[in-house]
Order: sequence, then structure tokens, then C-alpha cells
Amino acid sequence: MAGLRTESLFLNMGPQHPSTHGVLRLGLTIEGERVVDLFADLGFLHRGIEKLAESRTYLQFIPLTDRLDYLAAMSNNLAFVLAVEELLEVEVPRRAEYIRVMVAELSRLASHLVWLGAFANDLGATTPLLYCFREREDILDALELLCGARMTFNYVRFGGVARDATPAFVEKCRKFLETFDKRVDEYEELLTGNAIFLSRTKGIGFLSAEDARSFAASGPMLRGSGIQWDLRKDAPYSVYPEMDFIIPTGTVGDVWDRYIVRVIEMRQSARIIRQALDGLPEGEFKAKLPRVLKPAQGEAYVRVEAPKGELGFYVVSDGTTNPFRVKIRAPSFINLATLRVMCKEALVADLVAILGSIDIVLGEVDR
Amino acid sequence: MGDSSEENAAGRSTIIDLLIKTFPDSASVVQERINWPAVRVKLAVLPEVARFLRESPDLAFDYLTCVSGIDLKDRSPRFDLVYHLVSLQHKHVLVLKVGVGEDEEVPSLVSVWKGADWHEREAYDLLGISFSGHPDLRRILLPDEWKGHPLRKDYVLAEEDKFAGD
Repeated sequence: MAGLRTESLFLNMGPQHPSTHGVLRLGLTIEGERVVDLFADLGFLHRGIEKLAESRTYLQFIPLTDRLDYLAAMSNNLAFVLAVEELLEVEVPRRAEYIRVMVAELSRLASHLVWLGAFANDLGATTPLLYCFREREDILDALELLCGARMTFNYVRFGGVARDATPAFVEKCRKFLETFDKRVDEYEELLTGNAIFLSRTKGIGFLSAEDARSFAASGPMLRGSGIQWDLRKDAPYSVYPEMDFIIPTGTVGDVWDRYIVRVIEMRQSARIIRQALDGLPEGEFKAKLPRVLKPAQGEAYVRVEAPKGELGFYVVSDGTTNPFRVKIRAPSFINLATLRVMCKEALVADLVAILGSIDIVLGEVDR
Repeated sequence: MGDSSEENAAGRSTIIDLLIKTFPDSASVVQERINWPAVRVKLAVLPEVARFLRESPDLAFDYLTCVSGIDLKDRSPRFDLVYHLVSLQHKHVLVLKVGVGEDEEVPSLVSVWKGADWHEREAYDLLGISFSGHPDLRRILLPDEWKGHPLRKDYVLAEEDKFAGD
């Protein structure tokens, strides 16, 4: 075969491609089956949410945050509300804090379940998708009982939450948690020891700890690379310091490590929800605030550990009813930037697994 | 409440003092109300300050979590770039602010933190802030042929343009 020359080829992937999970376009330069270089073309879902914020009141902006990571809208609500509360300097009732932690963790479960199902599906395993969506359905039902919506909740409010947690909601959550751990065992039975799954996930898509830090990757991406960093522990907010849970980390930073980190996180989230249900205090669910909110001049950056990583809101107030500037630090956006280094010399077939392991939501990437 | 000012009170004075001592003519305390310790530096020393923050073992700001551009319309210089920095090792945080004039170029920080790449492209795309030394400065969210920079305060929205008489 001496004398044969390989030529690089440009391959277009997306924006309409089932494995790019939305409208993401990748431009691949390939040599044979190997990816030599790639670029990501974003913005197909750009709605100018940061600009829209400037012509809305603080309260009117909460429903728009639902449209960022729409698979875990409660976390978005929470992050924005915490940032504005930092400007307003309000005291939040303890009952509201407990409810917030509960819904944030339910959101994490819902988000991780969609990820797990879709990721397994990308690799050719169809069954986990059906199982994961079955459990997610229970979570959405519970959240619907709480606020009437299944995905775009608009539930967390300045000073608390929109409605109190009813006994029916608590009952629904308890019932769900009774079986959830066994369900995770089932997923693991299907995947964790599965030889095909192992060969498709182990040893590909490496992200070194050094790169993870330098790119400011966050969430399971950062932890998968062996860095123990979780904002719920390392920059605690709400009532997370009162909760007992562990932070899983990976060892080498490949696709498998990110998978196993998320699976363990699901079990830990269930633990947190159980503790929040047990400890749910009586009392008010919302602090009294003026009808028209005008935070004093100033600015705040507040970050929460969303399912995909560090979700930050940088809110600048000029003392009027509308924010002067809202910058959204979207974890999917930052994590996606690492794709290029993770795919160096990867097989085209592995690209799907590597991209899937980032867990992106284009609503949040494009904003 | 997350990231409250008390949490970082211990680290606050020392980091800021150290910065002002190291860059006496170019760094100053930020006066505005802000929930993280903050320093304003001059544009010319930005790369030096960035490298100092990252490489000093006591500071070790290894994690550039967010870069935001703001259009302050009437102020001169017109824009502010706000860098939110975290040290995963020491768990302390810092805000770095630089003022940028309309015709000025900001030295890119991609060589210090790789994550600065897409942040800078975003600021370029949505605010029209230009960066020197960036490996691939193109629009990131809007199409290449887009006109204008939407996050500027004087940007005319499509509907305003259409229904100017309303």
C-alpha cells in the first residue's frame, strides 16, 4: 500500500442531525475515519434572551429563563432569582428554601434521565430511553401538581416560590422515591456492565484536568476529569449545607467517567430530596416584597450547580424596574467549547458518543 | 444566599491589596456595589494582571468562569468587560473590570485561559468589542452577514425599525 496518499475531507454534521441534540452544526475535517479538526457552528436557536431582559421587568424575565435549559427549568429560575435577591437583599423563608432545593434536585433528576436515555439511544441501545422517560414522567407529574406546568415552570419567585408545596405533591414525591433507587439499578444493569456500552464509552473523549480547568468546564464534565468541585458544596447556597450527600468524581476524564458521575449524582439527588421532604419546615413559602421591584444600583454574579454545570447570572441594576444588563453564563455553552480538544484523532463514530457525553441543550447554548 | 460578600471577606482585602501593590498605577478598587471582591485595571496591563492572577501560587486563579461585556452608552470609555475569576484550589473569587473605548482593542486572554475563546467571540459578536491576538475572532451566535451588535444600547430592534411611527 506504499505510496497511497490520504486526503482530508470536509464533512458537514447537522444542524438537522439526530445526534447533535438540537440545531447544532459541526464542521468536521476527517482523514479516513479520523477527525483531524472540527468547528462548532452555533446560534441557530439564538433568541436574544439577554437583550429581551433589558426590556422586561425582573419578574417578567423569570418565564424567559425557563427557555434556556428547558430540560431543567427550575435550576434556571432559581439561579436568576438568587441573583436578583442578592441585589434586593431579601430574607427567604426556610420552607421556601427547602421547596427550592427539592424542585432543583427533581429538575436535576429529570435532566439526567433525559441525558441517560438519549445517550444510550445514540449508542444504539433503545430500551434505556423508554425506562428513563417513564421515571421522568413521574417527576413531571409531581412538578405539574406543584405549579401547573410540566417543563416551563415559572415557579421560583423573588422571596420564595409561587405556590406552597401541597400534601399531594409531597405524597407524589415520596411514592416516586420509593422505587427510584431500584430503577437506577435497572439502568445500571442494562449499561454499566454491558460489554458493548463499555467499548463505546471507555477510553474515548479524554478531557484532562488541566484542560477542564482552563476551559472552565463545569458540572459532570469537570468532575468526570477528576476535579472535585460542586457549587452545592464549594460555594454553598440555599439550604444545601444542611443536606448530606457526596460528590462523585471520575479518574481519567473519558466518556465513561462522565456517565458514571451522572448515574451516581442521580442517586445523591434522590437522597437530597428525601432529606428535604423529611425536614420540610412549616411556615411561609414567600417573603413579602413590594409589587414594583427596583433593586438599588449595583451588580451581582450568582452561580448555582445546575444539572449541566455552573449556571451563572450576572445582573446589573441601574435602579429602575428593568435590569440594565443580564449575562447568562450557560454551562452547556462553555462545556461545548471543549469538544474540539476531546475529538482530536477520534473516530467519526465516537464523535457521537463524545458529543453526547457533554450533555448540551441548545436552548442554553444559543440563548 | 450564594456567594455572599462575607464568605469572601477574608480573601477580599489581601487579594485586592496585593494587586494594587503590584500594579500601583494601573489597578484601583471598584466603587460600585458588587457582591464579589472587585478590581478595576487599565486595559494596557490586562494580560500582565491576568498572568499574575493565574500564576501566583497564593492566588492561583485557574478558572475564568465568565466574561461579560456591558455597553454603558454615555460613559467614556464606552464599554466595560467584566471577568469573573475563581480559584478552584483556594476557593476564592475575584472580579476584574476593564474599561474599553469604542476604537480600542482588548488583548485576548486565550493564551492564559483557553475558555476565554468563546467568551471573547461572544463579546465581539453581540457588542462589537474587538480583541487582538485572538486565534479565531468571528461572530459566534449571529450569522456572519449580520449587521450591527444587538447588545449595544443604541441598536435598533427590527420591530422598532418597522413601526417607527407607533
